[in-house]
Amino acid sequence: MSSSDYDPACLPDLLPLYYRRLFPFAQYYRWLSYGGVQKSYFQNREFSFTLKDDIYVRYQSFSTQNELEKEMQKMNPYKIDIGAVYSHRPNQHNTVKSGSFQALEKELVFDIDMTDYDDVRSCCSAADICSKCWTLMTIAIRILDRALRDDFGFQHLLWVYSGRRGVHCWVCDEAARKLSAAARSAVAEYLSLVKGGEENVKKIVLTDPIHPFIGESLSVVEHYFPQYALQEQDILGRRESVDKVLALVPEDVRRELQQFFQNERNPEKRWKLIKDQARAKQTTAKKRHFDKEIMLQYCYPRLDINVSKGVNHLLKSPFSVHPKTGRISVPIDLKDLDKFDPFAVPTISLICEELDQLKPEEEQTKSEDSKEKENEKDTAEKRKNRDYKRTSLAKYVKHFDQFLDGLARSWKGELLRKSDLQKEF
Amino acid sequence: MQFASRKKKLVSNPKTELYTEPLQFYGQPPLENISLSEFEAFAVDRLRLLKTVENSGVSMVKRGDDYKKKLESELKALDFPYREDVEEPEKRRKDHISHFILRLAYCQTEDLRRWFIQQEVDLFRHRFKGLSPKQKLEFLHKNNLQYNTISGEEKEQLKNELLNSSHGVSGVSLEHDFYKVPFQDALDLVRTRKVYLKEGYAYIPQSEIVAIVLNDFRTRLSKALALTARSLPAVHSDERLQPLLNHLSHSYFGQDYSGQKNVGKISLEQIDSLAGKSFPLCMRQLHKALRENHHLRYGGRMQYGLFLKGIGLSLEQALQFWKMEFIQGKVDADKFDKAFAYNIRHMFGKEGKRADYTPYSCMKVILSNPPSQGDYHGCPFRHSDPELLKQKLQFYKVSPSGVNQILELVKGMHYQLACQKYFELTHNVEDSAFSLSHPNQYFIESQKLLGGGKDVKRETETPQRSQENSAAKGPAAAREPAAVESQHLAEMTANLETDFLKTDF
Repeated sequence: MSSSDYDPACLPDLLPLYYRRLFPFAQYYRWLSYGGVQKSYFQNREFSFTLKDDIYVRYQSFSTQNELEKEMQKMNPYKIDIGAVYSHRPNQHNTVKSGSFQALEKELVFDIDMTDYDDVRSCCSAADICSKCWTLMTIAIRILDRALRDDFGFQHLLWVYSGRRGVHCWVCDEAARKLSAAARSAVAEYLSLVKGGEENVKKIVLTDPIHPFIGESLSVVEHYFPQYALQEQDILGRRESVDKVLALVPEDVRRELQQFFQNERNPEKRWKLIKDQARAKQTTAKKRHFDKEIMLQYCYPRLDINVSKGVNHLLKSPFSVHPKTGRISVPIDLKDLDKFDPFAVPTISLICEELDQLKPEEEQTKSEDSKEKENEKDTAEKRKNRDYKRTSLAKYVKHFDQFLDGLARSWKGELLRKSDLQKEF
Repeated sequence: MQFASRKKKLVSNPKTELYTEPLQFYGQPPLENISLSEFEAFAVDRLRLLKTVENSGVSMVKRGDDYKKKLESELKALDFPYREDVEEPEKRRKDHISHFILRLAYCQTEDLRRWFIQQEVDLFRHRFKGLSPKQKLEFLHKNNLQYNTISGEEKEQLKNELLNSSHGVSGVSLEHDFYKVPFQDALDLVRTRKVYLKEGYAYIPQSEIVAIVLNDFRTRLSKALALTARSLPAVHSDERLQPLLNHLSHSYFGQDYSGQKNVGKISLEQIDSLAGKSFPLCMRQLHKALRENHHLRYGGRMQYGLFLKGIGLSLEQALQFWKMEFIQGKVDADKFDKAFAYNIRHMFGKEGKRADYTPYSCMKVILSNPPSQGDYHGCPFRHSDPELLKQKLQFYKVSPSGVNQILELVKGMHYQLACQKYFELTHNVEDSAFSLSHPNQYFIESQKLLGGGKDVKRETETPQRSQENSAAKGPAAAREPAAVESQHLAEMTANLETDFLKTDF
């Protein structure tokens, strides 16, 4: 399925339509108010908008869903970011005594960006992605999702496609939202294995014993490695790639392997040789894990710690449009993770077009409805709320709904607890 | 019964009854009256101590014997409690009071707080480890850290995971108790992945309980400092204290190389040649990356941009410099003005909270924000692969024996000494005659040596400047004694600076 050709120049025309008919405000509000368990949670949330001509405005906040809708429909932001819940309404922060205006809570977030893998992917670089390197995102999601749930005990994770070259994770559990900056930083560091910049050739060194977290992550990587690295990226095929891989192996082993490779061209067989070498060396003094280190360096998720650290850090909102690609930042359903195709994600031009094509049909069904007159006032509202359902956006909003249902179950418990404490009957 | 034969004339000090514990969380502030001179003396001694803690932390392995010995001798020399089995109420009292005084001086900014917390945590760690197991348990219970142990069955079930996750800890065996603690209470262990995590709980062996305690200490101190900051205006209105507290926090930064004196003394055309001659390796690397890629990421822009500010680039020059570079890359003039100019003006204190950011010291570059893929910032001696570092040094024409000397120093984690060696080799001098702690210092020393061009002055006026500042405030009458006080203290803290600059660590 190909999306309608998206032209950034059309954004000024498409955005108003998007915000009037398609953006899922009800679900959005449902999410960010978190069941009303905490008073003013929504009202004290910071949003930032990037408007036409790169005008950037921070400290936007809204009292109700209605106000949010009206403002967004008025401003038609090119980009929307979500920030923290503050101690006061962000749009009034200038009136607050300096020092008192504090960021209090925010979801724990992660940002995985494909450019951080440029040194290990041969198919693309910089802002480009393709189906071959997208597997890196799949691996990242699997590893991090497992760790955040099993190790840290988080349950409400929303994975979102960023619209161009990466994914974001929003951890919405109450405990996550209340984490301090130090705690966020600790979580992010726990999850980081790939260390080093331009000046480091070898970015991972494993020592015994291998922590259970690394063991679990390796299982995931091992599952994808043969297809992704050996076949699609062909890391043991071309000369330069082979050299890069061998640079990660101790010198003595490297020479032996280079000799073996003279006579063995098949990548799978070459990989087996590397693994055999690693195992062979294990009988001597120290165990060697260079085969695992290679797999991790090529596949393990690379997160930007700075995004996760700050309580007040602003991150692109789900259902925001990416101005360069036109794609909507949609939630990703992990049940279909292996089939997720970033190029199949609807663009704003596509869904607007789908909307246009619907009108004639809708008119027909309406006139056939005998209850038409009674519901006249409601239909405008209902029509607006149902519009996204008739576009490619539908399944993503549905998934978001399911996510919110899960969250809602946790609020119910909270509300009950609170009302018990207040002895409300 | 020992009677301290010092200035105190009291026979038995009822206050010493308060100091029965070898170690404390500093939960309660001291409630007694003390003389101004004792106030000063205690504060300066503790500051000395914390600076030793800092320097030792950078140049030595934190749990090693050298480190322990160094701290012990410093504690002893400065009259602080150094052996927790000996009852020394006087020293404990000094410890207590001096801690709270420094809180006043170090609560004001994020940087000061971070520094203070880091050193106090390191000091606390050293002292906690010196406690006997019995004392440790007592400490835990007295401070309400009741953590739960896991059952035998759970231990058996998680046997492999528990053993495989505690490699940093010596002597971990399943016979000992394991505590189940919410992960938020064990951040240091989580951060370094030294503990098994399951469903939000960290499984901690008894021997690692130190980390928990430290985490707790750190959190408490952080909160306390925030509270202290709020009551600061009241403290500052006491004219006896204000000059002293200012000196204390300035002597930490010492020379901050904010470049106020040097603005406009460097021209953009000089930068390329200066980079080759007088920039430390970290900045040379950043400059090269900028020239080659016409771009630098945020971390690199901050480190390099602030350095340039420190050597004397004005805001206008900086904007021109960065724009000229970025335009040759993928950024057009408009985008630069919108996206990057803000960052640069922010560095010069013209945006946001208008803080005039100071160039990063070596300590900061080495210890915070390590570079990752696509970054060129950091300290090359700390963050580069030794192989690549070697190549780079060879490229910059350092002799093979010089390269080896540098690599040896790097191996021993003496990154600043390695950089100093680099200075000596590239400037052809035997002895650099200064103790490197700041990239801008490197620049200044280099320019001095090269007899260099513009008038680059060493900023030794910090004590006098603060004195002028404090003299400018408040009624003239009360200034007299305070001015005398602050001058005395200025001398004391100036000595502190030179003492540390001479320390070879």
